[in-house]
Amino acid sequence: MARALRGWGGASAPGREIRGEDLERIAAGAVLTRGLGRSYGDSALPPPGVEEVAGSVLADRIIGFDGDSGLLEAEAGLTIGAIERLFWPRGWTFPVLPGTQFVTLGGAVAADIHGKNHHVDGTVGRHVERLELELGDGRRVACSRRENEDLFRATLGGMGLTGHILNVAVRLQRIPSPWVWAESEKIPDLASFVAALRAAARDWPFTVGWLDALARGRRLGRGILIRGRWAEPGEGPPEPPGPQRRLAVPLLLPGWVLNRISVRAFNAFYFRRHPRTVKRGIVHPESFFHPLDAIRDWNRIYGRRGFTQHQCVLPENERPGATTRYLEALTASGLGSFLCVIKDCGPEGEGLLSFPRPGISIAVDLPLKRGTQALVDELNERVIAEGGRIYLAKDYLTRREHFQAMEPRLARFAEARRRWDPERRLASAQSVRLLEPLEAAA
Amino acid sequence: MKVVFLGASRGIGRALARLMAERRDRIYLLGRDPRDLAKCAHDLDVRSEDEAVAGYGRADLAEPESFALAFDEAEAALDGLDAVVLTAAAFAPQEELELDPEAARRLLEVNFTGAVLFCEEARRRLLARGGGKLLAFSSVAGERGRKPVVLYGATKAGLTAYLEGLDHKFRCRGLVVTTAKPGFVKTGMTAALDPPPFAGEPEPVARRILEAFDRGAPVVYAPAPWRWVMAVIRQLPRAVMRRVDF
Repeated sequence: MARALRGWGGASAPGREIRGEDLERIAAGAVLTRGLGRSYGDSALPPPGVEEVAGSVLADRIIGFDGDSGLLEAEAGLTIGAIERLFWPRGWTFPVLPGTQFVTLGGAVAADIHGKNHHVDGTVGRHVERLELELGDGRRVACSRRENEDLFRATLGGMGLTGHILNVAVRLQRIPSPWVWAESEKIPDLASFVAALRAAARDWPFTVGWLDALARGRRLGRGILIRGRWAEPGEGPPEPPGPQRRLAVPLLLPGWVLNRISVRAFNAFYFRRHPRTVKRGIVHPESFFHPLDAIRDWNRIYGRRGFTQHQCVLPENERPGATTRYLEALTASGLGSFLCVIKDCGPEGEGLLSFPRPGISIAVDLPLKRGTQALVDELNERVIAEGGRIYLAKDYLTRREHFQAMEPRLARFAEARRRWDPERRLASAQSVRLLEPLEAAA
Repeated sequence: MKVVFLGASRGIGRALARLMAERRDRIYLLGRDPRDLAKCAHDLDVRSEDEAVAGYGRADLAEPESFALAFDEAEAALDGLDAVVLTAAAFAPQEELELDPEAARRLLEVNFTGAVLFCEEARRRLLARGGGKLLAFSSVAGERGRKPVVLYGATKAGLTAYLEGLDHKFRCRGLVVTTAKPGFVKTGMTAALDPPPFAGEPEPVARRILEAFDRGAPVVYAPAPWRWVMAVIRQLPRAVMRRVDF
């Protein structure tokens, strides 16, 4: 039986993951370390011709926690979900919570993840104090803002291409209680949505929106805006939130289940179901921060062929209407998106390839089928024209020339890689697809 | 519960020790590498807000003469003893063991002689205190002679038989023995093997085993489906077992 490694969207490559408690030992000689494999495309897949990657998930010990400063140091395989379970009841939270809790610390740093609080707290990199890496040549080095700063900045958002992340020191944040006060509201169109996100950003630490990506014309960009904050003591139940029951998708669904009609119906239903008035109240933090985790293995709904996600950030401030033009290109294609998420981003982070920058981020799921590559090409040309960029952790189909056109920062990243991995021992399927020839020529 | 734990640094043992630490059991860690044990102790300390780990010390299944001293120190640090957990064992692919008699001898000694003598030490200590609980990890590999685990399976078959006898003889005197029989679990130990259907993850497996241990169940299979898988495999005629490769 040939073994395959998969991305969350179903991209696969022949190969296997070597897991072990001693990450330093198993990473030695490996081209890449993989966490929980939640990147959608080929970020965590080995490059062609390589059949093994190191797996960090068993290297998950906490090295220390300072109850005064909130500094948590742990091995790279510790997951955000595990941190939540341990620290929410003690009045601390991981500073940046993405759509899923199934992310390792190493993966969070490699993708320099962001969450609903990006407009306030930036990416996870802002909260990382120090990293320990095993370089491609086996040397172990520490990096931070004071020590090997170029390596530190290249590693935040560097997709694991600067070294194997062994340990992460990150500052947790105090929370008044582990429950969340949430509000949600229907938004009729895209212009209102952008305005509503900006307005909510002034008063709320957490904002995000869901869009009906199939609505067109007047209704283009209609959806539901969600905003929230940590609940004050006494607002929520006295006990800490317990584990949530999860539904699961037991099997790969046949490809025809998600079609234009069913996706349109779902999106319309979801929009109509929400009351006209603002919905507000105390909610479980997992259902607020990690709605994607409510259904285990939800990626199976896309069937055997799988899906990809196109997530980009567009400089809506400098180029008003950029988001509208992007969504028009998407809806004109008629390729259904089950899920479309919109979020306004704050300032750019320190990571040399960190994704967010000021503007509006849009993420759309796209089933992999005939026409998807052409659509991604078209969307990427739109992104380039608007001066935006894409998120590598979601990408599977972007072409090298498109990526290089939207990333003027690549030269500095390439320089850091040349310094810290001069023999180019580290690579992923994605780095070969998007980076290598440019860097080889440089 | 005051627990002496050999094998908490890796795999299912690590997950089990965390569950026990998070509910504030008092644990004394035993293992081969004190530096590694110190790191595990830190991890368990943070998880339990500094309440779980009473200390750690060296013990190696390959050196049964190390057990008595290790237990002396553990009992002193814990100021008592309610339970002993043994999850440690050696593993190597069958083909490697066939080529290397020295490696085969080591595995046989560690997994059978070492494990049984460790449990004997635990039995004496617990009975001296009027009883207690013993949890030891055997394996579904001990249920039938199977091609991929001829030697490893033989050590586990022996250990299972010993633990069953121990339970039969001493339960009436207050020594409750639980034999855990993990199926395939995705740990560092099995990293080189292809995961079969029903392969488990360490944490849910540890959760199931701890629940059975708390209940005093004599035997627990985990993940759960392996109980039924093994019920079938135990009944398969030898002619079939000889032909299949699992």
